[in-house]
Amino acid sequence: MKLFEYEAKEILKKYGVKVPKSVLVKKGEDPIEKMKQAGLEPPVVVKSQVLVAGRGKAGGIKMAKTWDDVKRLVDELFDKPIKGIKPRLLLIEEAIPHEVELYVGMVIDRSERKPVILASKYGGMDIEEIAREKPESIIRVHVDPFIGLKGYQARLVGKKIGLTGKALSNFAKFLTALYNMFMEYDGELAESNPLALVGDEVIPLDARLIVDDNALYRHPELAKEILEESGEYTEWEIKARKKGLAFVELDGDIGIIGNGAGLTMTTMDLVYEFGGKPANFLDIGGGASAELVKTAVSFLVEFPKTKKIFMNIFGGITRCDEVAKGIVKALEELGKLEKPLVVRLAGTNEEEGREILEKHGIEAFVDPIEAVKRLMEL
Amino acid sequence: MAILLDEKTKVIVQGITGREGSFHTKLMLDYGTKIVAGVTPGKGGQEVHGVPVYDTVEEAVKEHPDATASIIFVPARFAADAVYEAVDAGMKLVVVITEHIPVHEALKFINYAKQKGTTVIGPNCPGLISPGKAKLGIMPGHVFKEGPIGIISRSGTLTYEIGYALSKQGMGQSTVIGIGGDPVIGTSFTEAMELFEKDPETEALVLVGEIGGDMEERAAQMIKEGRFTKPVVAFIAGRTAPPGKRMGHAGAIIMMGTGTYQGKVKALEEAGVKVAKTPFEIPELLRQALKK
Repeated sequence: MKLFEYEAKEILKKYGVKVPKSVLVKKGEDPIEKMKQAGLEPPVVVKSQVLVAGRGKAGGIKMAKTWDDVKRLVDELFDKPIKGIKPRLLLIEEAIPHEVELYVGMVIDRSERKPVILASKYGGMDIEEIAREKPESIIRVHVDPFIGLKGYQARLVGKKIGLTGKALSNFAKFLTALYNMFMEYDGELAESNPLALVGDEVIPLDARLIVDDNALYRHPELAKEILEESGEYTEWEIKARKKGLAFVELDGDIGIIGNGAGLTMTTMDLVYEFGGKPANFLDIGGGASAELVKTAVSFLVEFPKTKKIFMNIFGGITRCDEVAKGIVKALEELGKLEKPLVVRLAGTNEEEGREILEKHGIEAFVDPIEAVKRLMEL
Repeated sequence: MAILLDEKTKVIVQGITGREGSFHTKLMLDYGTKIVAGVTPGKGGQEVHGVPVYDTVEEAVKEHPDATASIIFVPARFAADAVYEAVDAGMKLVVVITEHIPVHEALKFINYAKQKGTTVIGPNCPGLISPGKAKLGIMPGHVFKEGPIGIISRSGTLTYEIGYALSKQGMGQSTVIGIGGDPVIGTSFTEAMELFEKDPETEALVLVGEIGGDMEERAAQMIKEGRFTKPVVAFIAGRTAPPGKRMGHAGAIIMMGTGTYQGKVKALEEAGVKVAKTPFEIPELLRQALKK
């Protein structure tokens, strides 16, 4: 789960990090009054609180030099969708004059199975850009998860991105705080970009934290309904999640249902290989009940992008007869399937499954290639 | 021969009294796996399908000192604890079926197990099978046949599909390992490849990868450097998956520009590996690779 900038900064404060003075504004609130109460005055930066990456470039961050600017920009930003998402909140933050912008972040290195710190003296650009344009500037330091980040490692990173003196020890202190937050909050990613160097001080102008969804039970205070504004999910992905379906929306027009993530992705690829374009990924998982299958089929019939639907099932724990029953249920509930459906059934109880489908006039193939060819003819 | 698991391996099932644990214990026993004990805290003294249940792994090992492998069906919140318990009781192989374990937990128990010399498979995996000998997992046994092909896969169902396609063509398997769909897993492609390289029964290998991470690239590097010398055919799922979206598996995500389909295919092809466009091309590509 992605946290908003203001949330990540609130958490960083708990780790003793100094963040720019700010106020959070909801739509309809008077930004001027809130700023005055907080002792904040222009110049300030008005920042759209959305979770999509590349917010600055998309026009979601604006400098306000006067009170009039503040009023105008607050109205403007509330109405401005950033990559399709309008903000619910704006963060108004004191402007911090600075000359140097650093990058620092951390993720889990999957192959090394350790947290890895990434840092560069070229902050401001995103890490992909830095990796493309200044790959040699990226410093990587792995951390033993049992021993934790040692002071010397933090200083080593600072030294390698060009810091010395008091700035070096301030950076080390900041990096340690960021690392502790990353570990204690089950981070998938913790990042500050840009991290401004102001004299000897380092100040996070932006902060990001992505928390592992599987660990949210340990952070109940963070778990909240933010699906709609997360920017991670489309309208139909949110609908699907609410029905308990593992669904990802794509650009094409052929609906895809499979069992198991690998097989479902492969089914998408197979359709593509035969000239079709998948409209989605929908994985019914292992051992799906007829009820879940019914929900999945009905959902794709409703999903406006699909013109036809391809269901590819290889039964292991999943039983083909149970899948067939689910399809029939969907058929009965919808009256008729308005979109053509091609089914491929193989594995556990495939004979029984095919028999059920054929009785209801639904084609069921054994060979997935034949099934895709038929699908493309329709 | 096979790798990691054969008809002699003595197994403990952790979480044996749960729905999944009990169901798959039955299927593994039917396949011929030597399950000697089960563990569920608080349920010691019971029996599940004739297998005695203990409260702790330590007790189970005391009664069954020849047990060397454990399979874990414990819910995500308690699964890490179960792994530490198995490692501390001296298990050599621990298969973690459980899905949704926090990645920071997996990171720690995998590092711990490594230090203690225990091999972890998973988490979030279907387990492994040495066809005709034993299965330590949740895959349908009947789709696999005994033979000379090794399979290492990041996926579950897709592995069954590929195993089935190979078996139908008379290409049986030595051992099939589903290494799991999570970002951090106990046994990677290259680690499993080291074992297959040493196994005299395995003549060729199928790698079933997917988008996300760099395991496929590392496998390619290993082949390039001559550290894996048997013929390899690969398939990568997720050619049509967009970046930044998680495709079912927590690990199947293109992040920060790494883990793309194109990158993986390029690395493998440069190492001389044939990459199948669909899983159904694999048997033919294998046949060609074996002829050379």
